[in-house]
Amino acid sequence: MSKIHVTTTINGDEVEYLCDPRETMLDVLRDRLGLTGAKEGCGTGDCGACSVTLDGRLVCSCLMLGAEADGHEITTIEGMATGEELHPLQQKFIEYAALQCGICTPGILVATKALLEKNPDPTETEVRYWLAGNLCRCTGYDKIIRAVMDTAADMREAS
Amino acid sequence: MQYHTPTSFDDAIAIAAQADGVTRFLAGGTDVLVQMRADILTPDTLINVKGIDGVKDITRTPEGGWQIGIAVSGAEMTEHPELGRDWPGVVEATDLIGSTQVQGRCTMVGNLCNASPAADAVPAMVAAGITVTVSGPDGTREVAVEDIPTGPGKTSLASGEMITRITLPPRGENGGDAYLRFIPRTEMDIAVVGCGINLRVDGDTITEARVALGAVAPTVRLVAEAAEAIIGTTLDDAALAALAEAASAACSPIDDKRGTIKFRTHVAGVLAQRAARIAYARATGQKDS
Repeated sequence: MSKIHVTTTINGDEVEYLCDPRETMLDVLRDRLGLTGAKEGCGTGDCGACSVTLDGRLVCSCLMLGAEADGHEITTIEGMATGEELHPLQQKFIEYAALQCGICTPGILVATKALLEKNPDPTETEVRYWLAGNLCRCTGYDKIIRAVMDTAADMREAS
Repeated sequence: MQYHTPTSFDDAIAIAAQADGVTRFLAGGTDVLVQMRADILTPDTLINVKGIDGVKDITRTPEGGWQIGIAVSGAEMTEHPELGRDWPGVVEATDLIGSTQVQGRCTMVGNLCNASPAADAVPAMVAAGITVTVSGPDGTREVAVEDIPTGPGKTSLASGEMITRITLPPRGENGGDAYLRFIPRTEMDIAVVGCGINLRVDGDTITEARVALGAVAPTVRLVAEAAEAIIGTTLDDAALAALAEAASAACSPIDDKRGTIKFRTHVAGVLAQRAARIAYARATGQKDS
C-alpha cells in the first residue's frame, strides 16, 4: 500500500512525513514524530487524552487521519511551554496538584488553553462543559477546575 | 484503503462511482474513524471532501433561508452570528453531538448519513423542513431529510451518490423551533429519546407545525398526528395532552440498556410537550422558558 506524503506545521515548525492512509494523527504524532505528549486513552473520541488543535480548533487526534494534516497547522502539548518556561496553566496545575497519574493532563491542558483563548473569563459551568470530553479518573476534577479558574483570573489581570 | 482528496463534487462522485468495495466519505470523521478503529468497518475507498470549494461555507439563500456546506462543523454553526437566531433548535441539536473536541469536527451531513436512529441533529433537521441535494453519476435530486435514513446505519443514497448541499428554508415571521433530548447525565451521551419541533403562529394560534422524534423507532420519525394535535390551538393544556398522546403513539422503540420501551414511549410525550413550549415561546416572541 502506498504511503501518503504530508507537509504540515506542528507547533510552528514545518514537518514532513510519510504515513499510511489509515494512520490517525495520534499514531503519526506518537510513532513517527516522537511527540508522545498526546496520549491514547480510548481511541474513539470519548476521553480527550489525545487532544490537539487543528488550525486553532480543539480536536481529538485519534479521530483525525495523519493524511488530513496536509497543509494545516497542528499544535500539541509539546508546543505549550516556551523552552523551560511553563505556560501559566501548566504552572497552576502543579501548584494545585491538579493531576495524579498524568495520562489525561496533556489533553486537559491543550483543551483548557483553547478555552481561555476563546473565552478568557469562563464561568465554572462553562469550564466543566468545555472539559466534558476530557476524562480524568484520579482527581475528581475539582482541582483541575479550580486551577483553570485561577489561571484565567491571573491571565486576565496580567493582560 | 485508497485515500482521495478531490477538489470538486464532480471528481468526488467520479471516484465514488468507479470504486469497488466499501466507499466512505470523510468530512468530520467522528463516525468513520471510530468504525475503523473498532474494526467495524475499514473502507476500501475513503474520499476526504474537505478540499471541495464551498464545503465550509454558511450562506444566505436568495429566498432568505440558509445553505450549509457539508463539512461545516457543529462548532462553526454554533459560532455563526445569525444562523442560530433563525434556527436555534437546529443549532442546539447539532451542538449536543459529542464533546468540545467532537464539535470541532462533526457535521450535520455526517450525523444524517451515519443513520443512527438516535442522531441528535436529525429530528431538528426534519422538524425544520431541511432538504439536501443528492448528486451522483445519474444527476442531482433534492431530498427531504426524513427520506434519507431507511433504517439503523442505512440510507436511501445509491452507490456513487453523495450529499452535496444542505438547504434550510427561510425562517419567516412568527416561527420558532426547538430540540430536546433525554439522557441520564448532563453531557456526552446518546439520546434515549429526542424530539424536534418547529411551528409558526398567527397571534396566539399555531398555524403550522412539524414534530419529529428520534431514538424511538428504526429511523427518525416525522409525526403528522402530533403536529395536527397542536395546529389551530394556543398550545393550551388540552392541546399539550393530545400532543403527548400522539407522540407516544408514534413510538416503536427497542428495549436496551439506555431505556425500556415503556420509558421511551412515555418520555417521547413529555419531551414533545417541553419542546413545543420552547418553540411556541420563540415563535410568539416570549423569552425562552
